[in-house]
Amino acid sequence: MSDKPPSANEAIKANSNYLRGTIAEGLADLSTGAISADDGQLLKFHGTYQQDDRDLRSERRKQGLEKAFAFMVRIRVPGGVATPAQWLEVDRLATEYANGTIKLTTRQAFQFHGVIKSNLKRTIAEINQVALDTIAACGDVNRNVMCNPNPHLSWIHAEVLKLAQKLSDHLTPQSRAYHEIWLDGESLHSSEQEVEPIYGKTYLPRKFKIAIAVPPSNDVDVFANDLAFIAVVEGDQLVGFNVAVGGGMGMSQGAEGTFPRLAEVIGFCTPAQVIDLAEKVVLVQRDYGDRSDRRHARLKYTIEDRGIAWFMQELHTYLGYELEPARAYQFDDNGDRYGWFEDERGNFHLNLFVQGGRVLDTPAYPMRSGLREIAGIHQGDFRLTANQNLVIANIPPAQRPAIEQLLVQYGIRDSHLKSALRLNSLACVALPTCGLALAEAERYLPDLLAELEESIEANGLRHDAITIRMTGCPNGCARPFLAEIGFVGRAPGRYNIYLGGGFAGQRLSKLYRESVRAEAIKPLLDPLITHYAKARNDGERFGDFCIRTGYVAATEQGADFHLNLKPEALNAR
Amino acid sequence: MHSVATPLAADAPTVPQSLTGMAEPGSGPEYGKKNPFPAETLATFILNGRRSAKDTYHIELALSGSGFSYEPGDALAVIPVNVPATVEIVLAAANLTGNEEVEVKNLGRKPLLDALREDYDISGLSRAFLTKLAEAVDCSGLRELLADTAIDSYKAYCNGREIVDAIEQFAPTGLAADTLVGLFRRLPPRLYSVASSPLAHPDQVHITVAAVRYHAHGRERKGVCTNYLADLVNAGDRVPVFVQPNKNFRLPADSDTPMIMVGSGTGVAPYRAFVAHRAARGDSGNNWLFFGNPHREYDFFYQSEWRQHLANGTLQRLDVAFSRDQPEKIYVQHRLLERAKDVYAWLEAGAHFYVCGNASDMAVGVHAALLSIIETQGGKSPEAAVAYLEDLKKSHRYQRDVY
Repeated sequence: MSDKPPSANEAIKANSNYLRGTIAEGLADLSTGAISADDGQLLKFHGTYQQDDRDLRSERRKQGLEKAFAFMVRIRVPGGVATPAQWLEVDRLATEYANGTIKLTTRQAFQFHGVIKSNLKRTIAEINQVALDTIAACGDVNRNVMCNPNPHLSWIHAEVLKLAQKLSDHLTPQSRAYHEIWLDGESLHSSEQEVEPIYGKTYLPRKFKIAIAVPPSNDVDVFANDLAFIAVVEGDQLVGFNVAVGGGMGMSQGAEGTFPRLAEVIGFCTPAQVIDLAEKVVLVQRDYGDRSDRRHARLKYTIEDRGIAWFMQELHTYLGYELEPARAYQFDDNGDRYGWFEDERGNFHLNLFVQGGRVLDTPAYPMRSGLREIAGIHQGDFRLTANQNLVIANIPPAQRPAIEQLLVQYGIRDSHLKSALRLNSLACVALPTCGLALAEAERYLPDLLAELEESIEANGLRHDAITIRMTGCPNGCARPFLAEIGFVGRAPGRYNIYLGGGFAGQRLSKLYRESVRAEAIKPLLDPLITHYAKARNDGERFGDFCIRTGYVAATEQGADFHLNLKPEALNAR
Repeated sequence: MHSVATPLAADAPTVPQSLTGMAEPGSGPEYGKKNPFPAETLATFILNGRRSAKDTYHIELALSGSGFSYEPGDALAVIPVNVPATVEIVLAAANLTGNEEVEVKNLGRKPLLDALREDYDISGLSRAFLTKLAEAVDCSGLRELLADTAIDSYKAYCNGREIVDAIEQFAPTGLAADTLVGLFRRLPPRLYSVASSPLAHPDQVHITVAAVRYHAHGRERKGVCTNYLADLVNAGDRVPVFVQPNKNFRLPADSDTPMIMVGSGTGVAPYRAFVAHRAARGDSGNNWLFFGNPHREYDFFYQSEWRQHLANGTLQRLDVAFSRDQPEKIYVQHRLLERAKDVYAWLEAGAHFYVCGNASDMAVGVHAALLSIIETQGGKSPEAAVAYLEDLKKSHRYQRDVY
């Protein structure tokens, strides 16, 4: 254990009486739209973040008004599967209490923005009324468990979805604080041991992310997670999972001891072992993760510092057995497969494209209304994808015509007739609501894509998939460090550009240029796009091409992410 | 708040005609109602956050050279001019160009355009106006409307209509320029509760003005003075003003007497003055503000100041009622009832109770809430509660400024 003093968050958690703090009092103070800083840290565990509209900050200061505070509310959706009734309720709440849009996140969750404090409790209460919740959607706990939506083989999807839900349930914080604060629950007395048997009083050092992938699709970007399960199917049996640990996006500018890292495969487990294994990995991180420096607190650094052999030894001790050797697996890509699919039971699935995961109505494109109408008749389910898109899933053949008619009526049917570049884009929310954003992401990437599409089209690359992701800051919530082209905000209108990620999310990228002005991105990348069109090998992906031709060196693993940079990469210094 | 003092432009177009050629401030006869002071605008900006549909202005005016003094609770009288849009529609309705020369009593001859802009009330419908119009045109419809038997029709007609509607309807072929000006009364000043303390802001006076804008009978309607201030007055412009004392709305005589201030919208203005005054004097009296408006995010006037007063201890209690921030409408009277016990305790300790705002509904609701509080907390019968409140009024401890 470290001799350094614990970070301030540790005391906030320890003194919070299992995540209560003074949240209830803070909600009742209507003279401000904000809550205290300490309560803000605790509210994350309840699934909500205090934000403010950053576009309005300076004018409001002149008007003698406080910042335009409002809350982001994130709804957990284990495996990304929601019923039509749940979709309709989320849609209703978006109008009633949020800003009229629904964000589909890169972890298969729903997100609202713009919920004012006076409405926060009723928003969360009404979410819970349709068997969804917000607890542990944020905070130092296990987050929304991801699982490949897999429309191709329903029986596999059903099995891994069940596991995703079980994992989510098993690792949900037990504290009654959530019920008391949001659901008018009575406060019952529990002994200390009973309150949080897995997490304890101070929960984890930092967030913890779990994903389940079903090869050959790595759409969940399984290697970006602290704990990854890669399904192994033999014949018609799900025999188990390859287990990988220690992945995580996110680094801090100027702190070279921080870097994105890929999870590494450490062995194989059976389906029956999954829950207990996950718990034990969480416990190792709970006991050994760095609680002094939150920038260095993820499992990836615990493993990096002490070695994977040490980790496997600890895990073996906690588990009481050793993992079997890993089995072979193959990922082809980490994008969504758009359009219609028929599964082995004869049901249909439609994977739609949702730019930036933002479901809203514009006069030209009333997607939100269309989805609402579809939800009104749909007999299957909705699946949020890890790429911020939506699958209308399990449509019985008899209902397909009715759904298609609505798709046509609302102009959604051809959502995916876009360049393959755009279809493989991700953006975090960034401005105006995220307090961490250094630059635009969601509001800017579509325009940048249009600029790059000129060169894409001119070079006949319209149907060539290239993964391209943008985030407003180095936390990397839209996983930019796994993309073939990544943009990470440095300052307003300035981005670091990363190249060379693996097309299946199996390799990290590397810095190509730092702090590039937005206007300079197209002139910088157009020549590469042209070069790729002309000089690529048969079937060679853009990320691989950038490495082979020397634009960037390959990043083998997180620890060398900052190494082997070309001299031009750091031209801003 | 930041004050922006910019030099007066040599030919500021929004200066009312009656002020051009005026002597420099301080060099002429005493300023007052008969001789309004041309106060320089130090700052003017909107208090509502961007998403509000309303524009409420905070306006700071310089009083140095005026000889004026005022106390919190007083009103500032503003002599407006009519906005160009109003002048245009009246000219059009009367089928005149505005170049016609007319005689304005005591002011001599001038172009009609200028007279309509600065001398006459050309908006407000009144029986006096309609009677004069009926004499000027020969319209049976109008005479019928003015008959004693037509009170209901008359009221229904006037509701939401203005002078321009009457001219269009009853004088469709227009009017002669002299006839037209003979119909109007002179443009009266409008009063606004002062929102500043002379101790906290020497030689200045601040006002809080909500631009009155609404749609009725197919036309945009604008309050005369509020839109003059909102649309025509920029920093550096001079606004003709004088002070109108108001002895019926005053801080308690004793600096340690507690006070409960209840207000909505622009009704918060005198309370800004009260609290700033007490803070500047170092008064020990406790202060409690109940403020209501539709949305906290963009209608919480002077929010940062109130929170600063809370932090400094110059405001002890702050209760807010933002009616649109939750599904059910919550007003200041609901908050009063929620705090019944403490409100009654403050009254028993000698607190003064103030009500201010542009809402008769609020005043009625607050009055009812007060009676209820006195009954339930004081264990009094309804009659005894009424008597209690009457006593408060008589001892000047229950003061209202409702407009």
